[in-house]
Amino acid sequence: MELDSLTALELGRKIRQRQISVLDGVKNVFSQIEKKEGKVHAYLDLYKKEAFARAKQVEKGIADGVYTGPLAGVPIAVKDNICVKGKKTTCASRILGNFVPQYNAEVIDRLDKAGMIIVGKTNMDEFAMGSTTETSAFGITRNPWNTDHVPGGSSGGSCAAVAAGETYMALGSDTGGSIRQPSSFCGVTGLKPTYGMVSRYGLVAYASSLDQIGPVGKDVADCAALLEVIGGHDPKDSTSVDRGKLDFSGDMTDKIVGMKFGVPREYLSEGLDEDVKAVFMNTLRTLTGMGAIVEFFSVKTMDYMIPAYYIIASAEASSNLERFDGVKYGYRSDSYEGLHDMYKKTRTEGFGEEVKRRIMLGSFVLSSGYYDAYYLKALKTKALIKQEFDRAFQDYDVILAPAAPYTAPRIGESLKDPLAMYLGDVYTVAVNLCGLPGITVPCGMDRNGLPVGIQMIGDCFMESKILRAAHAYETMRDSQGVLCGRDDTGLALQRSRG
Amino acid sequence: MSKKIDNEIIENVCILAKLSLSDEEKEQAREDMQKMLDYVEKLEELDTDGVEPLSHIFGDQNVFREDEVTNGDAREAMLLNAPKAREGQYQVPKTIG
Repeated sequence: MELDSLTALELGRKIRQRQISVLDGVKNVFSQIEKKEGKVHAYLDLYKKEAFARAKQVEKGIADGVYTGPLAGVPIAVKDNICVKGKKTTCASRILGNFVPQYNAEVIDRLDKAGMIIVGKTNMDEFAMGSTTETSAFGITRNPWNTDHVPGGSSGGSCAAVAAGETYMALGSDTGGSIRQPSSFCGVTGLKPTYGMVSRYGLVAYASSLDQIGPVGKDVADCAALLEVIGGHDPKDSTSVDRGKLDFSGDMTDKIVGMKFGVPREYLSEGLDEDVKAVFMNTLRTLTGMGAIVEFFSVKTMDYMIPAYYIIASAEASSNLERFDGVKYGYRSDSYEGLHDMYKKTRTEGFGEEVKRRIMLGSFVLSSGYYDAYYLKALKTKALIKQEFDRAFQDYDVILAPAAPYTAPRIGESLKDPLAMYLGDVYTVAVNLCGLPGITVPCGMDRNGLPVGIQMIGDCFMESKILRAAHAYETMRDSQGVLCGRDDTGLALQRSRG
Repeated sequence: MSKKIDNEIIENVCILAKLSLSDEEKEQAREDMQKMLDYVEKLEELDTDGVEPLSHIFGDQNVFREDEVTNGDAREAMLLNAPKAREGQYQVPKTIG
């Protein structure tokens, strides 16, 4: 049996039917890791011994009826900004290089209760600030489809691990596109849930009004199943919302006849790569062919999304990252004179360039004399962006957009010009500013064989709609045999489809 | 014209952000910030008169709970992460002269 080609739900089903043991699934993941990790470097830490022990425990738990869910026994990787008790959680930063949390993030407790098996922690941009996973203090991750290219970011390790079959699924986090953009670059499926859908207790904060944890998987059904596991109210995160029992899997029919899709006309203007545009337009035709209604509409605030996002995200980052001062945890400089010098040296030596850049920008836009002109102006802009999306959702069930203006850049290209890198987030940041759910689904590839993803965006708490649309599209895509990446490396997982 | 970022502003930002940069790094930071502010200046075109700033997407109401201790004493465990600790306390450089 080809274990690699199974989705997480397929693996879970075979485990319950006793066709595959839990240990076999875990072994498969570690044999893939052994084969590929040297070239991909998706992980910062691996829990091989613990995962094997846990597999036996889960095997028994399934037999005893303790674990009854569809993902029981399924291996999962976790982005390294999510706390796992007793295990290093570094955020890919030197300043947290030796930090070992004394508690689990709420999502980790929920994975445990579902009988899932954590295999390790994945690489990321330092503190989730970056779009390529190149700002990690612990080395870059490579795109499994072509190792000369980045996996995207900031959840690049999670997406590369799924793409390479080094895990069945993964958790990422998304503040401005950090799940949806690397999912597009790596040819996997990734969902950023509605703000408040998933508890952020134990997620190291970047920009608290924007951050959400979400699933990365091989297909839409896997993401839906994982969201059911991690979603829901948690008293420990007062921004998490009680939506009752979550059931997305039940909604996933293939019927999207009459469903209304809106495409922001401005998104297809300048800056969009030709190949990405062609694949995107082709996907629109596929949806129309399935009986969906696809229309263009105008988003007048498009040019203001990135400015508003980077002001707000940097402002919140500068405040959230004040806590790293070398006193209670993490790195402390070796030599200093007095308390303030200790703070300064610790932070200067502990943070990488991109993090410092954003902390400084954030400190500036919040500082006396500039607060109104920058921060407050950005919050007002956010209100106008939200109004535009609110209006759009009166007309459309789902908004469609490319996940990124281009496919995965070559390694070493993006960090030369930070502003140019920020502009690459143009299609993803509004979703965070407005708290909306968005999913990226692979929909084709460019001339070089690099994956292209389409983003489906829903109104707040309308995850079921985007999951249904994404699932229906995915089914059609596979029946048409659309290729979503050309594997020249032997590292990426080609799922036998259809 | 967007705000001109001079050395004084960078010095002030370094104090606020608790960072100590070399002269070379300061110059780079100044250039980076200038470039970013020149770009975000775009927001000035947008008419936001009468628009309420939006911070929390679902309206900000307080979430209350009973003030009950639910976690146990974790002093020892917490101190394991401290760069320096002594007698059950975090140890910091001398703060009073």
